[in-house]
Amino acid sequence: MSGAGRETAWETVIGLEIHAQLATQSKIFSGSATTYGAAPNAQANLVDLGYPGVLPVLNAAAVRMAVKLGLALDAKIAARSVFARKNYFYPDLPKGYQISQYELPIVAQGQLTIVLEDGTYKRIGVTRAHLEEDAGKSLHEGLPGVTGIDLNRAGTPLVEIVSEPEMRSAREAVAYMKKMHTLVRYLEICDGNMQEGSFRCDANVSVRRVGETKFGTRAEIKNLNSFRFVERAINYEVQRQIELLESGGKVVQETRLYDPDKGETRSMRSKEEANDYRYFPDPDLLPVELDTAFIESVRAELPELPDARSARLAGQYGLSAYDAGVLTASRELADYYEETVRLAPQDPKLAANWVMGELSAALNRDNLAVDSGRLPAARLAGLLTRITDQTISGKIAKEVFEAMWADGASADEIISARGLKQITDTSAIERVIDEVMAKSPAQLADYRAGKDKLFGFFVGQVMKATGGKANPAQLNELLRRKLGGG
Amino acid sequence: MALTREQIAGIAYLARLDLTPGEAPVYQESLSRILDFVGQLARVDTASVAPMAHPLAGLAQRLRADQVTETDHHEQYQANAPTVAAGLYLVPKVIE
Amino acid sequence: MSELHGMGLVELAAGLKARRFSSVEVTEAHLARIERAQGELNAFISVTREQALAQARAADAALAAGRGGALAGIPIAHKDIFCTQGVRTTCGSRMLENFVSPYDATVVQKLQAAGAVMVGKTNMDEFAMGSSNETSYYGPVRNPWDPKLVPGGSSGGSAAAVAARLVPGATATDTGGSIRQPAALCGITGLKPTYGRVSRYGMVAFASSLDQGGVLTVSAADAALMLGEMAGFDPRDSTSVDTPVPDYQAQLRQPLTGLKVGLLKEFFDKGLDADNEQRVRDALRVYEGLGAKLTEVSLPNLPLSVPVYYVVAPAECSSNLARFDGVRFGHRCDKPRDLMDLYCRSRGEGFGAEVKRRIMTGTYVLSAGYYDAYYLKAQRVRALINADFVRAFQQVDVLIGPTTPTPAFALGAKTADPITMYLNDIYTIGANLAGLPAISVPCGLVRGLPVGLQIVGPHFAEARVLSVAHALQQVTDWHRRVPEGWA
Repeated sequence: MSGAGRETAWETVIGLEIHAQLATQSKIFSGSATTYGAAPNAQANLVDLGYPGVLPVLNAAAVRMAVKLGLALDAKIAARSVFARKNYFYPDLPKGYQISQYELPIVAQGQLTIVLEDGTYKRIGVTRAHLEEDAGKSLHEGLPGVTGIDLNRAGTPLVEIVSEPEMRSAREAVAYMKKMHTLVRYLEICDGNMQEGSFRCDANVSVRRVGETKFGTRAEIKNLNSFRFVERAINYEVQRQIELLESGGKVVQETRLYDPDKGETRSMRSKEEANDYRYFPDPDLLPVELDTAFIESVRAELPELPDARSARLAGQYGLSAYDAGVLTASRELADYYEETVRLAPQDPKLAANWVMGELSAALNRDNLAVDSGRLPAARLAGLLTRITDQTISGKIAKEVFEAMWADGASADEIISARGLKQITDTSAIERVIDEVMAKSPAQLADYRAGKDKLFGFFVGQVMKATGGKANPAQLNELLRRKLGGG
Repeated sequence: MALTREQIAGIAYLARLDLTPGEAPVYQESLSRILDFVGQLARVDTASVAPMAHPLAGLAQRLRADQVTETDHHEQYQANAPTVAAGLYLVPKVIE
Repeated sequence: MSELHGMGLVELAAGLKARRFSSVEVTEAHLARIERAQGELNAFISVTREQALAQARAADAALAAGRGGALAGIPIAHKDIFCTQGVRTTCGSRMLENFVSPYDATVVQKLQAAGAVMVGKTNMDEFAMGSSNETSYYGPVRNPWDPKLVPGGSSGGSAAAVAARLVPGATATDTGGSIRQPAALCGITGLKPTYGRVSRYGMVAFASSLDQGGVLTVSAADAALMLGEMAGFDPRDSTSVDTPVPDYQAQLRQPLTGLKVGLLKEFFDKGLDADNEQRVRDALRVYEGLGAKLTEVSLPNLPLSVPVYYVVAPAECSSNLARFDGVRFGHRCDKPRDLMDLYCRSRGEGFGAEVKRRIMTGTYVLSAGYYDAYYLKAQRVRALINADFVRAFQQVDVLIGPTTPTPAFALGAKTADPITMYLNDIYTIGANLAGLPAISVPCGLVRGLPVGLQIVGPHFAEARVLSVAHALQQVTDWHRRVPEGWA
């Protein structure tokens, strides 16, 4: 964003349409598998291919998952929802229509709370969430002059979550999308894999003069599949619209595509021509009717949701709201943390620092998930126990952690194999201090003449001589006394 | 309800139907007459009537258990396809 | 063996079970007639001689072992709208000229499981859109009563085949009268069951909320036998209804004493041919004689069924036929320049004139700005028509009227004006809009041509409708009349 003046003159308005692929075994209207990465068209059956005469039958798990999401968003679950056909021609859309929900979606009027950068909360309205089928994929690379169509993805269940236009910056949009990402994974209704397209969004972006009550003309940026792209695409688009409007131009309502290589959005006029989707109720499917008993049975399956868990963690373990938020950003991370604390209950804050610090850094570095099994919570708990019982210092613990990470051994095995056990024997530490003082008469004289800073020099020398194993607190106390001539 | 030639072209485009120069005026005439004919519905008072999308009112959608029941038959299914390569259906290059 | 082809399904079933003749004999006899008749009637698009004989031999083996289903060894034909694995399914269209289905429709599967022998696929109006069988890409079917006349449509091939005794029974589909109207015009029995009674899986869709598979046979008793084997819940069709299938044959002989018959007032309108009306009134007198009580019933919104239908059916068809895009199956144009050209030319060339007209009508009535005025309005009036039927069935057990306004008309007589053609279905469409079971049975001859009596019942009252039809056929022989030259 350039120009502070501009930011005060213009207000950004963003609404997101998030597409989350539901984690069902089979497709929404057929018994084909939904596994990612199969050979082309190996998972497209007659229904997915739109063969003449075939008919759709709705997957119960997809309905359950949509209801789960609705309950977690504190939304209204429709007692009666209706599938409609969205008609348009495209090679990856086998039937010439997409089965979706239009006038009567399964979920309506929900909300999601996000935390802003200043720590305040903001509630974003969720207009609706509806069930629909995904389209297939068009492949262009390596096929001269032609496009190849793979319909494995066709018919994969999606829930499209439409927000109110209530976000006012790219950061807010990202916070909302991240929060929704956390939620669908807590609910285990979506694997959240953005690279594979399981979680993606379209952003509706417009700007208006501050104080204006009417919305500006919006552009829809299609198919954003990373948080970073969402932020960059929106920022680019906001800037583009402001520049356009300030130079006397007009924003055109259109679909745009974000080009991550160039960092810009561009018009997709090819898809725009005279779209008229001719929605009408799908006569092959009947209204979906859900009674209270069904909805309550789904509610009973709901896990502890991120906001509730975050609040509980903060209270139960004395963590800051920020730390609790980080730890509950994924269900797996929170599970890991709580398992660690269960096994090493002495210092939950210490555990939080290690999980958010060393552990997260190592996972990131090696591109591993927290539940990858690389370092089970019991192992980390073993290490934390040795810190709190003073067997090792925090500094040595980092070395032990790296060794645990590298070879999978337990903290105790590494401590004993490497002789890292902390020296807590006063006379042993005193002996080393005496040796160091004897070897450094000049520094000793300077220190005693008032050069306090040299205290650190002596700490370093003792640590060096003990291989870092001297108990730091004891060392400090003994050194201060001896250097002072005591 | 007389449709214009442009409207016929627009409908044919939406429906992805190539009309020959001879066909266009025929459809212009017959569609206009069909719309006139069905236009008599406008005179019916339906103010308090809910639309009926389905002949068996009161039936609800049945749900299927989430089970994979299908295996790979893409070669058999593609026997009807005009052009395929490496398991893909081929169409003229689509420019995004 | 010349008598074999004159037998109905019930009679053939009994003869085969008693081993009075073999399935191979019966099948050969019918195949020979089919092949002889093809030039004159054009009732078939595909004849599956080898497969049929193989099935017949298997049926004979089963029958010899004392096994075999209710239709074991009986040759039947399928309307070419039902997908048949390994056998071309054209739907009467150039679009599917070379389409070989990789699967069987549920109806095909069920009849095969009952032991029926498929002898071929019958000609039909393209994608079932027509009332005269003149829209078929494979040429018109001719009426066995007079080859200058149409057999009706869209199930014209199945109707002509049964009327000419080429097969004792054939499957058919009815979206706005496509079973009943050709049954009337060909002098046979045609039953459209309740929507949801027969699975639509594997039946190429025309208008999904109206389409229903049914049967064309010589008699109501034969229809009862065949429907019993075709009907039933199908988990692959969300609109299929999970209700047990009654024993239609066992319920055929219900006495008509006290049966409340409603005369459909609106059907006796100015468009009804006077002689045709007379034949219908003759049949009503027969019913009175059998103890039925006749009352006139008015369904004031029923005359609106044709305009409602010509909004709803094209709307659904415009969407259902979008899958024919030249990509995965079906006709593809030569050397498409680009994607748009591929779509527009493949569809422009693959579909015939009437199909294109309906796709365009449907596209228009669903498009932005017209949806409420046409599609939604039509669905509201549909609800009014349905309410009329609900009210009527609170007063009477069945509704009776003519099936068509006139007997069969000449080839080419109505092709110039689509609306004239559409109005031919004026008495049949109401049952489709409301999803009701309805049967057409022959009730006499008008100027030497058969006409039909239509009996409509409430939802799932197939057994009642069949028994009312059967009662008439016990005391009249109109259904036994065979067109000259085809006995």
